[in-house]
Amino acid sequence: MSRYFIDRISKRGVFTLAMVAFLILVFVAVFMLRESLPALSKIGLGNILLGVKWYPSHDSFGILTMVAGSLVVTLLALAMAVPLAIGCAIFLAEVAPPRIRRITRPAVELLVGIPSVVYGLVGMIVLCPLIARFSGIGSGSSVLAAAIVLAIMVLPTITSISEDSIRAVPAQYKEGALALGATPWQTIRHVILPAAHRGIIAAIVLGTGRAIGETMAMVMVIGNSPVFPTNLFAPARTLTGNIAVEIAAATGLHESALFTTGLVLFIVIMIINSFGLIAYRRAK
Amino acid sequence: MNPKIQTRELSFYYGKVQALNRVSLSINEHQITALIGPSGCGKTTFLRLLNRMNDTIPEVRLSGEVLLDGQNIYQPGVDVVEVRQRVGMVFQQPNPFPKSIYANVAFGPRMLGMNRQLNLDEVVEKSLRAAALWDEVKDNLNKSGAALSGGQQQRLCIARVLAVEPEVILMDEPCSALDPLSTLKIEELMQALKKRYTIVIVTHNMQQAARVSEWTGFFLLGEMLEYRSTQELFTRPQDKRTEDYISGRFG
Repeated sequence: MSRYFIDRISKRGVFTLAMVAFLILVFVAVFMLRESLPALSKIGLGNILLGVKWYPSHDSFGILTMVAGSLVVTLLALAMAVPLAIGCAIFLAEVAPPRIRRITRPAVELLVGIPSVVYGLVGMIVLCPLIARFSGIGSGSSVLAAAIVLAIMVLPTITSISEDSIRAVPAQYKEGALALGATPWQTIRHVILPAAHRGIIAAIVLGTGRAIGETMAMVMVIGNSPVFPTNLFAPARTLTGNIAVEIAAATGLHESALFTTGLVLFIVIMIINSFGLIAYRRAK
Repeated sequence: MNPKIQTRELSFYYGKVQALNRVSLSINEHQITALIGPSGCGKTTFLRLLNRMNDTIPEVRLSGEVLLDGQNIYQPGVDVVEVRQRVGMVFQQPNPFPKSIYANVAFGPRMLGMNRQLNLDEVVEKSLRAAALWDEVKDNLNKSGAALSGGQQQRLCIARVLAVEPEVILMDEPCSALDPLSTLKIEELMQALKKRYTIVIVTHNMQQAARVSEWTGFFLLGEMLEYRSTQELFTRPQDKRTEDYISGRFG
């Protein structure tokens, strides 16, 4: 009797918790939508999304430059980080002797946990001056600096999840391939990586989510000018940075436009995650 | 009769634990050699030394020699990949790759650089026929290997090995995960294959050793106690412990 009772209670308990989590998400979305309404109705979604001028003092709130900023920085960062991370994961999971693994594994996990402001600081102090000297333009706060910092930040995330999924490939597959006279590299390339495919895609999607949502480090190294990211060595601004830089001083329509920025960010991340999910399901 | 494989004073350690103690034996060409003994006696470890599969395990140590056609395969400079091509292996758990039946069989030849579709088709059919699986799968070559029954999967794994054209096939308890009918099929297959290949089989099943093999080695606690013709070993064992084991008094 009593264990059936506990079973029923715990089922309901877990269900309630799940509903609470879901409702919080809905509440946040509704709240953002409500706060965005003034801007959406006065300026119009089209003008916000496709507008290229962000002049709060003139009630001009176009965020296309920042959508572009977020996407370009994220894509550049991924282009740098993904090949490196997968190579790193293969090395750690398949090639490195156990002695090296025992050191690198905790090191990589430590890197995941470093607060982003620290990455931003190092970028600001070390990377930006280097880029300034190399390019001869401005302070070095730039799209390139942001992309490099971001690449370094997502590298450990993608590496550690990819490594886990490579390790999760049954040893029997590996032994089967080796016993057929495949070289270790052929075994990795034709058996282990295809079998770890889904985990690696999940790792990249997670890294992308982290990259596009990253705020502090971006604000510190990208220069925050609301212009199109057309020059690697010139500043730009991300959606996240837009909110962080301006929210403290914003009121009225300006504040509402920043909430709209948040809403757009929310939707962009949802779209990326859906693409990730589709890729994940297809990769069998 | 030529020994295809010879081991000399072969000892093996996992870390500090000794798994094999100075095992010397000769395996004859085109015959089936069975290795029997209780769990943990070192017979699987021994088998995996014959194609250097234990290389993948960290922190192991070995002394002694394994001669394949008179060549020590543990000599520095030996091409391990080539050794494994010549000495194929079938594992205890059928382990087809998560690929199609065709891709499973074509895997080895492809890795060796065979890319022409025509040749691959031919090798795949020949290998599946030799593994007595062709008639059951010929219309479903694109189906996943994992969708087959356990016995079919194991024959697929045998076909996959045959496609590489090895000289020796090592079988590590190939039937322990299979039902009696599938076991019978594999045993029949072994009889057909020994005309072209040298086969070494590790088995828990003494009846199986008696049925399929010409030679039997009895392992106990990392040593090979007795090695002689299967008929002799099962009818006139010399060592008391062999007799106890085969008559079911322990193990």
